[in-house]
Amino acid sequence: MMANEVANRETTGEAAFRAEVAQWMAANLTGEFACLKHRGGPGDEDAHPALRKAWERRLAEGGWTGLGWPRAHGGRELPVMQQVIFHEEYARAGGPGRMGHIGEGLIGPTLIAFGTEDQKSRLLPGIRNGTTFWCQGYSEPGAGSDLANVRTRAERDPATGDWRVSGQKVWTSLAHASDWIFVLARCEPGSQGSRGLIFLMLPLDQPGIEIRPIRQMGGGAEFNEVFFDGARAAAADVVGEAGDGWRIAMALLGFERGISTLGQQMQFTHELEWIAQAARANGASRDALLRQRIARAWAGLRVMRYNALRMLAGAAQAGADGGTALQREALIYKYYWSNWHRDLGQLALDVLGPLANVVDAADARRTRLQQMALFSRADTIYAGTNEIQLNIIAERGLGMPREARGQS
Amino acid sequence: MEFSLSVEQRMIRDSARDYLAVHSDSAAVRRATESRPAHDDALWRAIAGELGWCGIALPEDAGGAGLGVPELALLQEQLGQRLACVPFWSGLCLAAPALQASLGPVDSTPWLARIAAGEARATLALPEDGGYWFDCVAVHADPAADGFVLRGAVAQVFDAAGADWLLVPARLADGAPALFLLDLGDLGADDRIVLSPLDTIDRTRPLSALRLDGLPVPSVACIARGEAAAHGLAQAWWHGALMLAAEQLGAAQQCLDLTVVYAGERIQFGRAIGSFQAVKHRCAQMMVAIEAARSAVHGAAQAWASTGPETARRDIAAARVTADDALRFCAQEAIQLHGGVGFTWEYDPQLYFKRAQAATHWLGGTPAALAYIAATGPDAWREA
Repeated sequence: MMANEVANRETTGEAAFRAEVAQWMAANLTGEFACLKHRGGPGDEDAHPALRKAWERRLAEGGWTGLGWPRAHGGRELPVMQQVIFHEEYARAGGPGRMGHIGEGLIGPTLIAFGTEDQKSRLLPGIRNGTTFWCQGYSEPGAGSDLANVRTRAERDPATGDWRVSGQKVWTSLAHASDWIFVLARCEPGSQGSRGLIFLMLPLDQPGIEIRPIRQMGGGAEFNEVFFDGARAAAADVVGEAGDGWRIAMALLGFERGISTLGQQMQFTHELEWIAQAARANGASRDALLRQRIARAWAGLRVMRYNALRMLAGAAQAGADGGTALQREALIYKYYWSNWHRDLGQLALDVLGPLANVVDAADARRTRLQQMALFSRADTIYAGTNEIQLNIIAERGLGMPREARGQS
Repeated sequence: MEFSLSVEQRMIRDSARDYLAVHSDSAAVRRATESRPAHDDALWRAIAGELGWCGIALPEDAGGAGLGVPELALLQEQLGQRLACVPFWSGLCLAAPALQASLGPVDSTPWLARIAAGEARATLALPEDGGYWFDCVAVHADPAADGFVLRGAVAQVFDAAGADWLLVPARLADGAPALFLLDLGDLGADDRIVLSPLDTIDRTRPLSALRLDGLPVPSVACIARGEAAAHGLAQAWWHGALMLAAEQLGAAQQCLDLTVVYAGERIQFGRAIGSFQAVKHRCAQMMVAIEAARSAVHGAAQAWASTGPETARRDIAAARVTADDALRFCAQEAIQLHGGVGFTWEYDPQLYFKRAQAATHWLGGTPAALAYIAATGPDAWREA
């Protein structure tokens, strides 16, 4: 339905690249990997983790990792539009949720920007080859929306220069399936807020690290608590300087903004199609109110698509102007998509009707919609809650007064 | 990708914004609406004359600038932000595209040339149940000796007072679609055509009721028939819907701008009320609705320009829903967040609330847009 809709005018080279991605996906997402179609991703991360790691290696062999990375670091240095096309075609083909996302999309670019030569040569190849998997340790029990309220401590061992980490991280996606974790820890005792922090990388398989799954309301467990009790981070595994952790952590969150967005939207499109098909199958599509809500959801998809194209154009424009401030369309995006998706979850359950409450593993489509509906409740909470997003929009987008800070 | 505005587009937007901020400010709108029908004659003379806006999206052959739908949408947004009391939407966004689409590029040129030059004002009598197909048309044209006799009524015609040309979709005796062009200057004294100005709550866009009691017209008044006339009506309707969405977007933006300024000035409990999260978050939600509408409107305009009007229809429907939501929400919040003065005549939120309420029903509003999306949904919706 949307084959020619991505860029309203695509260059010949872009169209050829699109076809190349589609062909590769069709040729490779088969056989042992066929069961991965439309699996994984937020809300479904428990699906086939080992096989999805094998899939990451297959992607790497095909040259589909590190698309935006510099060639010097094993990347392909593709233009933004081709990266966008890759994500979109990948999702259109039902490509599984990426186990390598945190490595490739977050820590990789961070190391390329801030890492030492030693870190780059040791750590980037495993990310690019789909053999080393990463997770992110930012949130803590006392540091949710207030991300800078980090309590995890890092103490320098004067003998070796290594760092000993103690404390607790939480909501760590896929920690149980990862090899490395990066954490934000307090290296200056008595410091507060965003000062006195350090950005450290640690191998997960070591004494002093314990990973405990958190069971979500949908029954799955893709998040974890990670406990540190004197776990060791080598002196060579500090990114930036001790005390400079907040700047590194924030820069990491700014990478890759917008590029995978159209891929996410393609998955949303699949979900809406599943809902519309369920509505046709069970007669809900004849209900005037449900028909209107399905049509409204489709209108929201169009908003997100054009908003994403504005974001990409706006980022390019800002880059050309030398600015880094988020444009209005970028400021609203997380709030918009997460609330849209949460509403989509409610719509899915309403379309399913009384059967929405009945579990039947044999009905894969219904199971998927039920899981989506339950997990979508997390969308408006993680990565900046609705309330935090509205603060940011009002303060940065409208110049309204900043929130008062209490004493911590 | 065409999603960053070109230098020329930014110039069009910014110069329109600056001009209207001075010449169509709140005082000017209030002055214009004191007389009925509201018409800001000085502003209209400038738009039709020195500013050259009437020709902006009309073909160069007709003396226009030959720019496209995206540029016209940028202008409409600015006109909407100021609730400019001029017959621009009815003339340039409904009537002109109806002429263009039903007559074709060659035959429409003489008509469009006069519109582009600001010499003639045109409007279109849209069928009243909000549709763009001829089944809705309730005006009938029966054959007569030298032409036709028109009978029927249209409940609401935009900006008919002062218009030179009235375009009337009608059905011929065999049911076939036809488009008539009535020169109101020639018909002024004929009591078989009655245009009665309506007293309206939203005073910024005048409406009239049209009654045709057996009005005889010559055969040349029928400027298109059959497929051409049907195409002309449909094209005008979708074009008008997109431009109405652009206007709603601009009006919503003004609601937010007014509110943010007010919330920064109004002090209660020793603080600007804009520092309260309860107020701040509502403003942020207004901005979310507005930027969503902006993405939808400009996306649909780009789709029209690059893939053509037919394939852009669902996007226009999406833009209409999103812009309608945005204006309704922002006008309501503007009143609420202005507190006591928000519901006075003196402050501006009421002007926008009234426009929001009126516009939500024009061209079928959100229900028609959603019905269109549901009925024409993507192919995959039909599998199962």
